[in-house]
Amino acid sequence: MGQDSIVLLGVNHKKTPLEIREKMALSGGYEEPLQKLRELKGLKEYYLLSTCNRVEILFTCQEPEQMRREVLDLLFAGKVSREEVAGCIYVYENQEAVHHIFMVSSSLDSMIVGESQILGQLKEAFRHASQQNTAGLILNKLLHKSFSVAKRVRTETRIGASAVSISYAAVELGRKIFGDLHGKCVMLIGAGEMAELAAEHLVGQGIQEVVVANRTLERAMKLAARFQGRAVGLDEIVEQLLDVDILISSTGAQGLVLFKKDISQLMRRRRNKPLFFIDIAVPRDLDPEINTLENVYLYDIDDLQSVVEMNREQREKEAVKAQRIVEEETLKFQRWLEGMEVTPTIVDLRAVAESICQAELAKTLPRLNGISSKERKSIERMASSIVAKMLYHPMRYLKTDHACIAQSERIMQVRTLFQLNELNEHYKQTGD
Amino acid sequence: MSYLLFQASFTVYCIATVMYIIFFFSQKNQIRRVARIIFIVAGSLHTVNILFRYLEAGHTPITSVHETISFFAWSIAWCHLSFRWRYTVKNSGTFAVLIVLLLMLTASVASREIVPLPPEMRSWWLPLHASVSIIAAAFLTLAAIGGSMYLVQERELKQKRFGFFFSRFPSLDTLDKLNQHCISIGFPLMTVGMLFGYLWAHQIWGGRPWQWNPKIVSAIITWLLYAGLMHQRFTLGWRGRRAAWITVVAFCAVLLTFWFVIKRGA
Repeated sequence: MGQDSIVLLGVNHKKTPLEIREKMALSGGYEEPLQKLRELKGLKEYYLLSTCNRVEILFTCQEPEQMRREVLDLLFAGKVSREEVAGCIYVYENQEAVHHIFMVSSSLDSMIVGESQILGQLKEAFRHASQQNTAGLILNKLLHKSFSVAKRVRTETRIGASAVSISYAAVELGRKIFGDLHGKCVMLIGAGEMAELAAEHLVGQGIQEVVVANRTLERAMKLAARFQGRAVGLDEIVEQLLDVDILISSTGAQGLVLFKKDISQLMRRRRNKPLFFIDIAVPRDLDPEINTLENVYLYDIDDLQSVVEMNREQREKEAVKAQRIVEEETLKFQRWLEGMEVTPTIVDLRAVAESICQAELAKTLPRLNGISSKERKSIERMASSIVAKMLYHPMRYLKTDHACIAQSERIMQVRTLFQLNELNEHYKQTGD
Repeated sequence: MSYLLFQASFTVYCIATVMYIIFFFSQKNQIRRVARIIFIVAGSLHTVNILFRYLEAGHTPITSVHETISFFAWSIAWCHLSFRWRYTVKNSGTFAVLIVLLLMLTASVASREIVPLPPEMRSWWLPLHASVSIIAAAFLTLAAIGGSMYLVQERELKQKRFGFFFSRFPSLDTLDKLNQHCISIGFPLMTVGMLFGYLWAHQIWGGRPWQWNPKIVSAIITWLLYAGLMHQRFTLGWRGRRAAWITVVAFCAVLLTFWFVIKRGA
């Protein structure tokens, strides 16, 4: 039995238009699809990530080709045709998959490079996977590593410095439309985290009033209280829009929430005061036709990208630095993965034991004056036989098949007991 | 002497234009400050030029083509500068100074001869009617600059393609306000100017002041366009793209009227 492959399948904002992402998004939460994946016996470990910009599945298995097909059929059958999926999906295996997940976590693959929301989303997705027990040894390690890579990138580069996110883009555009955001009124439809972040940013720019509309009024009231705003029901949105200047919509609704005809009637009553709509929901909440109305500006999540493009250059320099970190960490992880096989573990174990033995001998022998070379040899022999005896059982534990503990688990235990990973790195570094 | 001053102010306008264009590309505030000072110097020289011309001609220098256009340029320059004192409209200066320069160029081509006034023109109505009308036209020019900038900016925001102008132009709201303020100053002035013209004509021709010449027809159309726009803005809240379009179209009518005036003058 060879080592499992790590496979990553996904679509993101770079290659896939919003229309397809909308259909593929796992808008019903992670529980159900994770349950469904349980049916595929070939999958060993797996986890799912679905944000407004990407849908990704990461899993380990023996036959990557076959599992890839099965996973895609299971998750997206009925939503998108096979051809469509094949046209936009990316597939990464092993090292590439590791690299990609590090890129994602450190926000280098994001629409807005350097934004920090993705890390939270990743953690959330991972939490679901570990609650459902679908992430095992390798994914646990990989995802935890990806969190620490993200942290490293954040602290060692200035990639997050220009405080960039959807909310930033929204503020930029709002300024171009309204000039000054002081005294303006913002409405949130849907009380999601993204909307909350955007609102926070806007309030920081002098927005006067926040109105929150949500399916459950309780959640709306909670969020509204944070900004000293008001909460309203979903059915009074159009009425409330009369005094609103900026609207951020992020509901999980399947269909549209606002239509062109609602707004065109409203504009007359507003005496054509400009309205700025931001639709960060996937699937979209607002009718794209709304943008054709005069004095109304509608931006969906893809449109915001072009705003973000504008100050890309300065961030790109930092991105190069960040990519180097990702590359480095990918190699480290690769080394760890390799360590997950029996033979290298045995080799490592021997090497570590041998080096301890040598180190102790080197300390002791010079202090023993006047011993013959024969005596010296026998001391050396004794040391190495102690080591060998000590290692006998751990070695056997590694090699022989065990009914209840998987081999990878056992390797892990031994490596942890003898601290092989840390020691290995230590020796490799000093060896370099 | 007045010619020398004209040349001087023309040269300084040139320098101001170059500085404004450099600022437009580089967006460095220091350059803008310098450009603004040069613009003010040019405007002041121009003012002195007009005063000298007044002394040399012995009547208000708004009669010949050269004088009229030069006065128009002067009004735009000072309207813009007076505006900048109250509102900051990012980068509108570049366009204002460009138009001033173009007008100055036209004025320098026209004959600078001082023509003695025909007897019916020797009246206090002349400076009143002409200067008020031209200053009104200057405000309307600024409104049209604002309107055109609005149209460009609005297009970029609607189509979501952000080009060269997006970061350089001010917000839609600022441009719309500029448009509104300019028109609410320019339109009453224009009305007053037309009223003066009517009274003056009444004085000269007595009973039948209406002469259906193209100048008057064009002026009335222009007035109606602005009146319509003002009305719609205050009653129905017309603003934004529609207002900007009408401003630009109405400005074309202003130019047409102006052209008829000049043609008759020539």
